[in-house]
Amino acid sequence: MKQHYSIFTLARNAVSYHEKWTEAWRSPDPKPSYDVVIVGGGGHGLATAYYLAKEHGITNVAVIEKGWLGGGNTGRNTTIVRSNYLWDESAHLYEHALKLWEGLSQDLNYNVMFSQRGLLSTAHTVHDMQALRRRVYAIQLNGIDSEILTREQVAEYCPILDCSPTARYPVFGASLQRRGGVARHDAVAWGYARGADARGVDIIQNCEVTGFKIENGKITGLETTRGSIGAKKVGVVVAGHCGVLAGMAGFRLPIESHPLQAMVSEPIKPVLDCVVMSGQVHVYVSQSDKGELVFGAGIDSFNSYSQYGSPPVVENMLNALTELFPIFSRLRFLRQWGGIVDTCPDASPIIGKTPVENLFFNCGWGTGGFKATPGSGHVFAHTIATGEPHKLAAPFALERFTTGYLIDEHGAAGVAH
Amino acid sequence: MTQVNRLPHGGRVDSSKPLRFVFDGRPYEGYQGDTLASALLANGVVLVGRSFKYHRPRGILSAGAEEPNALIQLGQGNRSEPNLRATQIELYEGLVAESQNRWPSLTTDVGAVNSLFHRIFPSGFYYKTFMWPKTFWMKYEHFIRRMAGLGKCPTEPDPDRYDKLHAHADALIVGAGPAGLAAALAAGRAGARVILVDEQQEMGGSLLSDRQAVIDGVSAAQWVANALAELRAMPEVTLLPRTVAFGYYDHNLVSLMERVTDHLPPTSPEALNQPRQRLWRVRAKDVILATGAIERPMVYIDNDRPGCMLASAAQTYVNRYGAAPGKRAVIMTNNDTAYQVALDLVDAGVSVAAIVDARENAEGELVATARARGIEVLGNHAITRVGGKLAVREVEVRRLTGDGKSVSSDGRTITCDMVLSSGGWQPTVHLFSQARGKLKWNQDILAFVPDKLLPGQNNHSVGAARGAFALTDCLVDGFAAGTAAAHAAGHTEPAGSTPVAGAEPAHSPMREMWVMPSGKPLGHDGKHFVDYQNDVTAADVALAHREGYRSVEHLKRYTTMGMATDQGKTSNINALALMADLRGVAIPEVGTTTFRPPYTPVTIGAFAGIDKGDFLDPIRKTPLHSWHEQHGAPFETVGQWHRAWYYPKPGETMHDAVNREVKAVRTSVGIVDASTLGKIDIQGPDAAWFLNMVYTNAWSKLEPGRCRYGLMLGEDGMVMDDGVTSRIAENHFHMTTTTGGAARVMAWLEDWLQCEWTDKKVYLTSVTEQWAVIGISGPMSRKLLSEVAPDLPLDDQSFPHLSFRDGVVAGVKCRIFRITFTGEATYELNMAPSYAMHVWRALMQAGEKYGITPYGTEAMHVLRAEKGFIIVGQETDGTTTPQDLGMDWIVSKQKPDFLGKRSLQRSDTKRPDRKHLIGLLTEDPNEVLPEGAQIVAELKDKPPMEMIGHVTSSYYSPNCGRSIAMALVKNGRNRMGETLYMPYDGKVVKAKVTEPKFYDPEGARING
Repeated sequence: MKQHYSIFTLARNAVSYHEKWTEAWRSPDPKPSYDVVIVGGGGHGLATAYYLAKEHGITNVAVIEKGWLGGGNTGRNTTIVRSNYLWDESAHLYEHALKLWEGLSQDLNYNVMFSQRGLLSTAHTVHDMQALRRRVYAIQLNGIDSEILTREQVAEYCPILDCSPTARYPVFGASLQRRGGVARHDAVAWGYARGADARGVDIIQNCEVTGFKIENGKITGLETTRGSIGAKKVGVVVAGHCGVLAGMAGFRLPIESHPLQAMVSEPIKPVLDCVVMSGQVHVYVSQSDKGELVFGAGIDSFNSYSQYGSPPVVENMLNALTELFPIFSRLRFLRQWGGIVDTCPDASPIIGKTPVENLFFNCGWGTGGFKATPGSGHVFAHTIATGEPHKLAAPFALERFTTGYLIDEHGAAGVAH
Repeated sequence: MTQVNRLPHGGRVDSSKPLRFVFDGRPYEGYQGDTLASALLANGVVLVGRSFKYHRPRGILSAGAEEPNALIQLGQGNRSEPNLRATQIELYEGLVAESQNRWPSLTTDVGAVNSLFHRIFPSGFYYKTFMWPKTFWMKYEHFIRRMAGLGKCPTEPDPDRYDKLHAHADALIVGAGPAGLAAALAAGRAGARVILVDEQQEMGGSLLSDRQAVIDGVSAAQWVANALAELRAMPEVTLLPRTVAFGYYDHNLVSLMERVTDHLPPTSPEALNQPRQRLWRVRAKDVILATGAIERPMVYIDNDRPGCMLASAAQTYVNRYGAAPGKRAVIMTNNDTAYQVALDLVDAGVSVAAIVDARENAEGELVATARARGIEVLGNHAITRVGGKLAVREVEVRRLTGDGKSVSSDGRTITCDMVLSSGGWQPTVHLFSQARGKLKWNQDILAFVPDKLLPGQNNHSVGAARGAFALTDCLVDGFAAGTAAAHAAGHTEPAGSTPVAGAEPAHSPMREMWVMPSGKPLGHDGKHFVDYQNDVTAADVALAHREGYRSVEHLKRYTTMGMATDQGKTSNINALALMADLRGVAIPEVGTTTFRPPYTPVTIGAFAGIDKGDFLDPIRKTPLHSWHEQHGAPFETVGQWHRAWYYPKPGETMHDAVNREVKAVRTSVGIVDASTLGKIDIQGPDAAWFLNMVYTNAWSKLEPGRCRYGLMLGEDGMVMDDGVTSRIAENHFHMTTTTGGAARVMAWLEDWLQCEWTDKKVYLTSVTEQWAVIGISGPMSRKLLSEVAPDLPLDDQSFPHLSFRDGVVAGVKCRIFRITFTGEATYELNMAPSYAMHVWRALMQAGEKYGITPYGTEAMHVLRAEKGFIIVGQETDGTTTPQDLGMDWIVSKQKPDFLGKRSLQRSDTKRPDRKHLIGLLTEDPNEVLPEGAQIVAELKDKPPMEMIGHVTSSYYSPNCGRSIAMALVKNGRNRMGETLYMPYDGKVVKAKVTEPKFYDPEGARING
């Protein structure tokens, strides 16, 4: 039984100088075989394992991770959570995730610091405003919270945002999702890992997949750097490398991998109380609880598997930041990093079955996977457990690239793909 | 106030130039050449800040970029700047500084209440609590946020300006200490183009703090002066002091930030006449990393009390700044370098109470000298208590026992006001690592040193930066690297001989000692700080290990170790050594976290440089822009362009003006500036083949002189752009694109040519700005044109619709396209931009009698919508096929292939009930729907409701006398006559489905 986390157990452990806390998850050696092996120990993979155990009673599960838990995009993103997507399919999926976010700390007994501080998406031209209206009306009719703010309302809601009409791209207005916000990214991975481990899931770090064992078109196990592991079912959730793993399994994905960079400033006292995103003056920014401004923008346009990007992208991002927030000019940026995002042609993810029986993929989340973490894990667990796609995941099947049933969310991605 | 701790002799500060400054509201005096840190120390100010989490009182730890404690809010008003390191702020007259993260004052900080509850606030405590009640996180967070953060953001925009430069060099040398100077001398003398940068105001590095060293027979200071004089005289050598090399990117691209005026009073004329900082992008053939090394503090109990300092920092303050950090020091060390510090202190008249050496048998030349000078050396000892809260008062020392894991029970108290520690030196490998070089562990110096380079990068770590700490090694290394870099770049002038260092004392081995025992278990009654700024202790590292956060990245993220503004420069190695010990593995097995840019934090505004406001993205204006301005037109932003939106006459609303413009085109003639259209000149023997591939319709048979409308699809079969393309000659076409899509289309076409169709001979040139375009449209357009272009036959036979002619209009050579976007007879006159204003004026003058009316983009949109013409990006959104738009006629059935063809065959793309473009007529003819309104067939009381489409275009049409709208609606073409609902903004509008053609559906007006 896991130690419960609360202010009382903290106080109790303080008496013993916190020397009696136990590990948040075990580090077992891999067993010879499992009912399900999840490849990829990021937020999505760990959430999948957690919900397999919690919702479907499947506990003979391993999560294998080539590095350290949450070391991919889970630990590299700008932590924004929202569900303001245009198309019904996406809106339902991300709203499903948002609802899970709303109870996640309590569900996991791990504070993921989900802060629903409001998310502002600004519009800077007449055409921007039209697109914004279209999206907000759609979101509202899907029963999800979203509202349109005028320029004056934007200036009141976020006073440090430059709303002057003389700006190069003046703010015309914005959409606001009050339930949107940010969460502590690492905590999501750790919380799910701890929750999954408590339900019997083996979490195996430093274990890289080197091949799949496939017999008669059906998966039977994996080869890893820590030996062969048998598996009745395998779920692959490896942002940044799904194309590589699909290659090992003998099929191709309509995915391009790009670096996406993000940065933080030095910590300062609270100055920005909401999340601000702008597609035209391309940047998105929030302030972490530590006080750092966390910001990012578009992908590097070249393909790469290296987790770092090029300096011009950084310059553009910082230009945009000071344009929207002239008072940030004298602040300094502290750290810059990159992750690899797998992007689909329609800027929507791929969740579901593959040409190999009992091998499932959950990938292609592009620049926006973090916000979906709980929902992604939840529907993917269902898909793996039942062998059929969860109804929210069904539209995101790989077949859509054959049928043409695309879910084009370039506009909602918030990031130029 | 007098400078109580200013030494009577020595230092490089200029005591003839006193400078007044203010810290926390109190006035002080320092000297030219001081940093804020040295000036504060000279004034006996020891307490300078509060830590991030526990708000512990903190003093100055270092004398450089690694400073974790002394963070300062500098300046006032719109020039205020948070989190600057006092150790790097150059003093200037009138400087105003404030301590941070304390309230109401540094000595009485309410936030220090955190320190009382420190027992329940170990690393990661916040993951374990604040979860009840469920909805309260935002309330907890409110207080947590206010407790966190450091300095304050300015409240007004930055008044200063910034600059950017690009440069190339044979050798970029980072660091102007002995190794860097030697490298620069060698490379410079050989004739190479050298850029030498140093983050400090004065070049010389460690030599500026060194009173013993002799080079080439002169003192270190003299040698530095000689070297700099020689370098200054070399035309190919650029010296950049106050410049930090902060980022190392692919292919030897290094980013520098030069602090141009930060050392000057900010409102002095000298400061105001220059950019404040300058961002350099240097592409260097070779990068010589002479970045030196950073001393590690020792991890002993309560090692954060103000007065606890790095040994080398005290040496710098005494030798370089003539400021004593205190009166009486105790020195804690595991190596020999601190002995030289002790000797220098004693030389300067500062007393050294004892050297506490962790080594069992501290021996060697320096140890002997210290003893001979009467300094007490306590071998095999540790500091086990530090007395004093706001300043060090005393320490307790005990003998180490049990392999250094424990201490004797009896201690001895030594009175002192500073504790100087040296735990060894870590080479500054940040840039090497950013360049993605691999590090290896050197057990002799207990530090990571550069190992393998990444292919494609070319750099050389020299001297202390590679772990060779002796002065002679630095000089030899640097000189050799400088010579090699010059030779590799083809420069072979004689470089002279390697500078020779005088005799240096031999150093005895270090003792590996990552945490000093205090007689109590770690975390009991006292704190062993590892990361000062973020308050991470040795006990926190142990907690992270206990809870399974054992990867170095988990350690960092769980404890926040190394994530403060100093990025762990003094803490990372100590922390990972502690983790290695806990895990029972060797240090290199734990590995380091990734070193990421920037080396030290850099100003955000400097990246924007002058590229802000109107220069953020160039505003593109047509050659007629000034005319539109003079005639009162507001502008609409389309891509980077500013386009005239409408031309209101006095007293007119936008609605009035647009109605007037729209009517004028239908009844007489309108004139429009269409110069922003994207234009691509396409030439080559495969040009027609190329158009067949990129458009959906057929182009082979288009005759020269004729024009054709084309639709471009993405690979997914969705409409991506449209426009009219004309055949100028057999192998020459003139393509037009949408205004907003021009750059994207150009890149898309080039992508195909350069990556896929490499065997085809097709050449593209963007000519958007080489042609100005004036459209005249309306029943009187032909008459008007005939008057200004009398030589041009304009009858429908000679100049039919969808053709072009070259002719002279108002004396100007023009290419005239007869195409239409309004449905009226239209001529688009293309000419050299410099003649556009002349032609425009001539047309206005000649058209006056017809009531010629300039119309803007809004009227243009209404006119085309009346006709049901689409705008890509409005009627399409990346999910729209030609069939969806009712434009099957433009998709060739015969062509073997074109981009998007295969995708159009997909089952969902072929579905007959996709969203179709239809017209909508609102029940109330004066109700203009908002573009973007969502459409439902079945209205419900409240959401969710099933949406079947959305309004793409919507206007009031004066020619129809009512509102008109276009929409994409599921199965729309089979819903003609149906009533649909648009719920938005709390109301519902009803509208009937019609054909998306509202005016002149037969196209009868095209010939005027």
